[in-house]
Amino acid sequence: MAVSDDIGRIVENHPGAGRDSLIGILQEVQEAEGYVSRDAVARIGQHLGLASSKVYGVATFYNQFRFNPPGKFHIQVCRGTACHVLGSKEVLDAVCRELEIAPGQTTRDGLFSLEVVACIGACGQAPVISINGEFHAKVAPKKVARVLAQYRKEADNERD
Amino acid sequence: MSATSPTMTTGAAVDLEMPGATAGAPLGGLAPEDMAAVRRDTLTRPAIYVGTGTCGLGAGAGRTLEKARAHLTESGVEADLVEVGCIGLCSAEPLVDIQMPGRTRVSFSEVTDKKIGGLLDQVLAGDLPAEGVLGQHRNGGQEPYPDVPFLDEHPFFRPQTRWVLANCGVIDPEQIDEYLARGGYSALERVLASHTPDEVCTIVEASGLRGRGGGGFPTGKKWRFALRGEDDEKYLICNADEGDPGAFMDRAVIEGDPHRLLEGMAIAAYGIGARKAYVYIRAEYPLAIDRLETAIAQAGARGLLGTDILGSGFDLELVIKKGAGAFVCGEETALIASIEGRRGMPRPRPPFPAVSGLFGKPTIINNVETLSNVPGVLSRGAAAFSALGTEGSKGTKVFALSGKVERTGLVEVAMGTTMRQIIFDIGGGTRNGKAYKAAQIGGPSGGCIPESHLDIQVDYESLKEVGAMMGSGGLVVMDEDTCMVDVAKFFMQFIQSESCGKCIPCREGTRRMLEILERITSGRREEERHDTLHRFKGVMYMERLASVIRDASLCGLGQTAPNPVLSTLRWFRDEYEAHIFERRCPAHVCNELLTFEIDAEKCKGCGLCAKQCPVDAIMGAKKSPHYIIQEKCISCGNCLSVCNFDAVTVN
Repeated sequence: MAVSDDIGRIVENHPGAGRDSLIGILQEVQEAEGYVSRDAVARIGQHLGLASSKVYGVATFYNQFRFNPPGKFHIQVCRGTACHVLGSKEVLDAVCRELEIAPGQTTRDGLFSLEVVACIGACGQAPVISINGEFHAKVAPKKVARVLAQYRKEADNERD
Repeated sequence: MSATSPTMTTGAAVDLEMPGATAGAPLGGLAPEDMAAVRRDTLTRPAIYVGTGTCGLGAGAGRTLEKARAHLTESGVEADLVEVGCIGLCSAEPLVDIQMPGRTRVSFSEVTDKKIGGLLDQVLAGDLPAEGVLGQHRNGGQEPYPDVPFLDEHPFFRPQTRWVLANCGVIDPEQIDEYLARGGYSALERVLASHTPDEVCTIVEASGLRGRGGGGFPTGKKWRFALRGEDDEKYLICNADEGDPGAFMDRAVIEGDPHRLLEGMAIAAYGIGARKAYVYIRAEYPLAIDRLETAIAQAGARGLLGTDILGSGFDLELVIKKGAGAFVCGEETALIASIEGRRGMPRPRPPFPAVSGLFGKPTIINNVETLSNVPGVLSRGAAAFSALGTEGSKGTKVFALSGKVERTGLVEVAMGTTMRQIIFDIGGGTRNGKAYKAAQIGGPSGGCIPESHLDIQVDYESLKEVGAMMGSGGLVVMDEDTCMVDVAKFFMQFIQSESCGKCIPCREGTRRMLEILERITSGRREEERHDTLHRFKGVMYMERLASVIRDASLCGLGQTAPNPVLSTLRWFRDEYEAHIFERRCPAHVCNELLTFEIDAEKCKGCGLCAKQCPVDAIMGAKKSPHYIIQEKCISCGNCLSVCNFDAVTVN
């Protein structure tokens, strides 16, 4: 199974690792698989000699880790201060309305997932959203539908 | 690295061949005549610089770069295409500079992928366009263009003193030679050759450099605590976990000039006797991490990091740790817990990290800007550094200017500059002629500065006097359309979700405080009598609750958590009162307190609002004006945001 191979490979890259490698390993797993699965938590714990509960405790503390598979396009809406005063709440609402999901959820077709992040650090271009790491600057709520349509089209083209 | 060598090699004890101050092998094996070429003082072919920091990429610099490359190949022009960091003027991104052989380098603003082709054709033919010229650099010995203003005369740059940002947006951050050619790593070389760690601490102390991450603790004094420690293992940590929403100084410095940070870290590590250093950086900054990794590899290859640096016997191993997104990890002890692989929760101090920190060893934590100041302190000398600034605050401070201001970006000013200068001279004032309301400084721990206090100087102490704080440098400008109660609520939401939950005043107190603010801003459509009572009770107790949170919380996050509320309450009490007593939001932001109406003159009857209304409160026949049934309306604001004809009005 390809899924467990990833975890095995990552864990093997950290021979004799101690607890201080835990967050790094979790990050690598999430990067490879898109999220931290139950299986991953257990196997990382085994490798580091930590109880699964400890691994899970650390993973849930940090905002970065997800426990559900993300969509094909992962949308991050920045809710930093600069974005907030320039209307990122309305942008977030527009994304939710357009996709009919709440932050933290994935659309039924598995195409989009939505995450709210504290600050992307592109405050000069606020409000900002990032889709699969690609930044969209100065996004107005009315532009959201058009931006999302582009990605939908991209997915359609790939399918054909 | 061996863990056995117990003492630090001091400058006096260096018995190896010392690189002389003037002669000897140049750093990194670069001859002086090569330096000029690396600095691009003299060009043999045109050079095109594209600013590809995160904000530049956001504005489309990636597409501009691609297009420029394709255009050059197509037209068969021999030219260098250089990726540089961010020069700081984010609102004019994407920024492109073009330098012709023998001429000065000229910056152009808002060069999108559509414009780049034409611009290249024109400039490479020796002509400058009439529009979009930002200014020309001062390149000594090169022929300036007549009638083109110099970049340092531009209102955005003129009032600035760029020490930390000197190279940002000018050099290619992925080429160590460019940093070396501008005198990079010479401070480290001199320190290793002729100063003891004790002397380094003394110089930094004398310079008056204070922590730029928020607290403002004297850096040299902090280093000395760790230097005095007897342990054989000590650690240096660079805090690049820029969690303050609305701040991006650290990101820009690392993306634009990573070697300056590395040099500062090497000097700091030498000064405290550490042989291992960590950079704790946010995982949200992939580009900065990338550039930092490249820089570390390059510095290692040149013998500027690693074992036996420049033959001095001093070793330094540098490790990047990616933060996983927790604001509380900006707190020193929480950051240490996070590096150790635990939940990022703070612990009571003392013992301070300088005595017992990472893995129980003496640890010094400095932020990116502090460490990036260090090479300058050493190369300029303590006296020159402390000549700039105010009584208690020396040197410069970098701000991330954003929000409702004409020119946003990265600004570095001398301490003592007034807020008015930063916001109105550098930032160009508010947008669209709106009235200035406040500037929020210091993020969730800070406060806001009203119009009446704009002449306050940038200085650790004077900012505290008005209930704000220096913080890490986020500066968000707000105009008349920003509701200050909403801003306070925003920060409280942030703090509430970022509170680690260890101590009760912060965990419970911030939640109660958020509830109070939510009651103030919620509508009265479904309000019953006891809700009104709760609302007033909350208002009565808010200030007392704030003082409990401040006095009883474990760490800085909790202790400063009430600041945004206290500060907005102090300067904008009238707005709170309008929300509480009159049940209206003067800035028209708090949706639930607003009534929405459709202007029959403007409404085209497209029906979009009716389709988006979640409670079917909008009626009207197609192509004739619609209207809102107020009894049904829940004030969600959907109609306002979807209307393409500005027909929805609020009151």
